[in-house]
Amino acid sequence: MKRARNVPLTLVINLLLVAGLVCMAAPFAWMLSTSFKGTKDIFRYPPQWIPSQPTLGNYTKLFRTVNIARPFANTVITAVSITSLSLLVCSMAGYAFAKFDFPGKNVLFMGVLGTLMVPGQITMIPVFLLLKKLGLLNSYAGLVLPGIASAFGIFFMRQFIVTLPNELLEAARIDGAGEFFTFNRIVLPLCKPALATLGILNFTGSWNNFLWPLIISTDESMYTLPVAVASLAGQYATEYGLQMAGSVIVIMPIVLFFMLAQQWFMEGVAMTGMKG
Amino acid sequence: MQRRTRVAYMFLAPALILMMVFVVVPVAASFVMSLTDFNIRALANWGNAKFIGLGNYVRLFGDELFWKALRNTLYFVGVGVPLAVTLSLALAALLNSPLNRAKDLFRIGYYLPSITETVAIAVVWRWVLNSRYGILKQALEMIGLQCPNWLGDPAWAMPAIIMMAVWKGLGHNALIFLAGLQSIPSTVYEAAQIDGADGWEQFRFITLPLLAPTTFFVGTMTLIGYLQLFAEPYTLTDGGPLDATLSIVLYMYRHGFKFFNLGYASAMAYVLFGLIFAATLLTMRRKGEEVTFG
Repeated sequence: MKRARNVPLTLVINLLLVAGLVCMAAPFAWMLSTSFKGTKDIFRYPPQWIPSQPTLGNYTKLFRTVNIARPFANTVITAVSITSLSLLVCSMAGYAFAKFDFPGKNVLFMGVLGTLMVPGQITMIPVFLLLKKLGLLNSYAGLVLPGIASAFGIFFMRQFIVTLPNELLEAARIDGAGEFFTFNRIVLPLCKPALATLGILNFTGSWNNFLWPLIISTDESMYTLPVAVASLAGQYATEYGLQMAGSVIVIMPIVLFFMLAQQWFMEGVAMTGMKG
Repeated sequence: MQRRTRVAYMFLAPALILMMVFVVVPVAASFVMSLTDFNIRALANWGNAKFIGLGNYVRLFGDELFWKALRNTLYFVGVGVPLAVTLSLALAALLNSPLNRAKDLFRIGYYLPSITETVAIAVVWRWVLNSRYGILKQALEMIGLQCPNWLGDPAWAMPAIIMMAVWKGLGHNALIFLAGLQSIPSTVYEAAQIDGADGWEQFRFITLPLLAPTTFFVGTMTLIGYLQLFAEPYTLTDGGPLDATLSIVLYMYRHGFKFFNLGYASAMAYVLFGLIFAATLLTMRRKGEEVTFG
């Protein structure tokens, strides 16, 4: 198609896109704005976009009274552990499925893919009971362990590793490299792009996970951010400034992360879309 | 066992063991549990659970609140999925237009809501929807409409939740559609133009049929996600008002983790599983009929 010069249509399309963008952005701007407002500015109609008396009061209260630093640390620890362990475990399994022939391979692989259809709500109750029995309620292990192995991660890594040239692996073998050396020094470094994409999906996913932490972390000291914010919204139901500050703390790290690593996020979308 | 086989299983072992413990066995275990009256007394001592056959399923059948939750969930899915698919396809078409003057800005802006954590953004939406001080009220009044009491009115609570869910997922789905649109070869359109097809005809008879696999993919994934509706009503309304936004998963969470009727909750989980399974099968069958252009 030639570069179109249809002025009215260009205007309509871009105006529509801008109007939509305003709808997308308004809640974020409203959240930020309210988080810097005192009570007087919050309960004002028509709403005020720029606080007349900006204050950090909501944030200091969030740290002093509600101690949001604890759930923040819990979330970071959980998300980092799940992401790194999951990348290791899934790329190991992906490597086995991609580059080895062994009896039962196809059945196992189909079995792994089959678990994609299982919704988390099915496994939640028995896993809760198991972890309770093991004394792992309100522990990092309880938050992390069920999230490590994922069918999608294994499938994703397998699809990538299968494209690596066999010659490279055989050369290493002929040079007498051990299996784990080959995996560690040859396969993993070549997988960097796939690991980055999957890592971002995992990290965002576990940062944003709500239902499982809600069930396994009943003690305030083990709350993750989403659970803490949910409890905040219940406990301080009318303190909108405090709630918005809480939401900023949950949402903004991922938004900043997204701004920095945009390309990998987009790659992730393309890859998940590819499954169909 | 051959050496290579042993090595392969060594690489597989961590993943397989974890999946066994956290997925495969629990799937079976929760089915068994759904056949028992596992409750808070059994929580202390598993031996207290009695086998009751299909008792939980029979009880579900007569549980009015469960039917309500099922109807609410189907309402959410029935309105939400078509809306989400249509709007994100429309957005993708706009984004894909050669007349779009700020591709990157729009792509990033529209994608942003989909990476946010649901509870945190629902807390924000509760404030957006506030019927006295919210910005939505102001926006509606600017175009001369009255603002309903979104979360306090049983008739408006579910539409509010649908609005938020569609808003949140729009950009993600649009990007998947965008990739689908860009994979349609331009030669097809050129041929149609020579044959005299106008813009709408091209969209209707080329884009839509060739995009069918993507549409089914987006539709199925949205459907599966929407059937599991939980965090939005949990945060926005806690299932209210008058149970108007009680979803299956929220009801299951209440029975399972508020009252510890874990047997009963397992039966609900299996009904949900059945719904998701049926939805997936249905789309897979439809996919078999998809159109292909050589």
